[in-house]
Amino acid sequence: MENVRTRDRVNKIIMYVILTFMAIIMLVPFVWMVLTALKTNQEAISVNPFYILPAHGWHWENFGTVWKSYNFLTLYKNTLLMILFRVICACLTATMAGYAFGRLRFPGKNFMFALVLIQMMVPAQIFIIPQYLMVSKLGMLNTTFGLVFPGLVTAFGTYLLKTGYQGLPRDLEEAASIDGCNIGQQFLLIMMPLTRSSMISLGIFTAVFAFKDLMWPMIVTTKAETTTLSAALAKMTGQYSSDYPAMMAAATLAVLPMVVIYVIFQKQFVEGIATSGGKL
Amino acid sequence: MKKKKMTAAEKNRALWGWMFITPTMLGLIILNFYPIFNTAYQSLCKTGDFGKGNTFVGLRNFQSVLSNPETWQSLINTIKYALIEVPFGVVIALILAVFLNKKLKGTSIYRTIFFLPMVCAPAAVAMVWKWLYNQQFGLLNNFLGTKIAWITDSKIAWISIGIIGVWSIIGYNMVLFISGLQEIPHDYYEAAEIDGATGIRQFFHITVPLLSPTTFFIVQTRVIGALTVFDLMFMVMDRTNAALQKVQSIVYLFYDYAFNKGNKGYGATLVMVLLIFIMIVTLVMQKAEKKFVFYN
Repeated sequence: MENVRTRDRVNKIIMYVILTFMAIIMLVPFVWMVLTALKTNQEAISVNPFYILPAHGWHWENFGTVWKSYNFLTLYKNTLLMILFRVICACLTATMAGYAFGRLRFPGKNFMFALVLIQMMVPAQIFIIPQYLMVSKLGMLNTTFGLVFPGLVTAFGTYLLKTGYQGLPRDLEEAASIDGCNIGQQFLLIMMPLTRSSMISLGIFTAVFAFKDLMWPMIVTTKAETTTLSAALAKMTGQYSSDYPAMMAAATLAVLPMVVIYVIFQKQFVEGIATSGGKL
Repeated sequence: MKKKKMTAAEKNRALWGWMFITPTMLGLIILNFYPIFNTAYQSLCKTGDFGKGNTFVGLRNFQSVLSNPETWQSLINTIKYALIEVPFGVVIALILAVFLNKKLKGTSIYRTIFFLPMVCAPAAVAMVWKWLYNQQFGLLNNFLGTKIAWITDSKIAWISIGIIGVWSIIGYNMVLFISGLQEIPHDYYEAAEIDGATGIRQFFHITVPLLSPTTFFIVQTRVIGALTVFDLMFMVMDRTNAALQKVQSIVYLFYDYAFNKGNKGYGATLVMVLLIFIMIVTLVMQKAEKKFVFYN
């Protein structure tokens, strides 16, 4: 028995060592990003591995400089609007379609749902050229509508919500219809509130992936004042390529809002992304 | 097929059903299904100046895409990237998941840290890694005391990009593994414990087979994800980087032709090639599923 206990303890120590080692690897890029952002360029390029902290004061003004020169307020606003509308559109259309596919019977249902599944299997790059041409023809380049466009509806969200609705017990609707609720009322008052957790998952999933999207914002926005954080960073690497503190300050500003929200709502984030991802 | 007459209640229900799916279906048709056919059509057209005046040229785009060594190189680059990201991303994530599933103290802190890259824009992540990889001033070379050209040497640039990919995806895979692990009944491990099986034997004889549906799912989604990689290459590799040819993925090439060079027809052809390639890979994986995955 003593043997088993020491073996367990040794195992535990090994696990902690590996976990901590990996945690350090995960964190180093973030730490180095912030530390570089606080240095002068001179310090940033000084070749000394132990020169970790900024020696000549912490240059918080680097953040102010990139904030102004790249107009981060506008970038935040554009990104936020894109995320907001994509989340609203995704949740709204998916919950309705998910309810219909999960709970109602109507002719053509299987065929329509097959279309939903097909959309999920096709790589998204195949939609991009025609989507761009449509946005361009509508004169909607450089607008929030243009940024939201591919996310107006969601096949994946429909699938996710359909599974959510299918998991609810049968008698709910029967009880409601005896009480005189029509289908619209059943949906709004009884069924939809019960799939709240699926909806939150879909919302978080949509928000995070909209935030991470790079190619589409680069395509539909050509002006600095209409673009998003990711796409602005892509432009920046070309222009500021040797001012490392400025670039790291910009990268920090770009990831900060999502990281803060994540740290506060980490449980919902991990579950939202993983349960959505896990049902794909 | 015999058509049954619908009762009023059934008709009513069908009407609601149609109404509820209309926004989504309309959206899918306009945003996704029309584009599939449109892309297919454009791949058969030569793009005129400023994207106007497509002329039908049949399979000529396919001819030039398939005879261009650049296409094949980018396919090889993409596969090489996948060969790093998928196996390492999956195995490391599995090990971490098994550890975190052991009810150690501090599990949630570790989980939070590992998952962190998932909520960061790849554009920003790639920028930071590019700085870490900097040959002269980068942390990596300074720390290791080396002068490795991480992203400009075409022999290793693809590995450097792959490492970023693994770093970015570990947390996501890990969380999926953890939820898979929690579905394995605990009695299996208790029985093994009584039989005196060590942790490592338990891992290979219980965890691995019972987790295989989860593993297969993760591998499948990650293979597709890796084959459509774009952001990392785009952000890390400068356009003047000599190693770009040996690193650029097929989606990178698609973006470059369709939106930088304005050759939509050629870009559409590349994406059709990608579609065919992914369909083949998916079919192969479906076959592999029957062989390697254990469903009970």
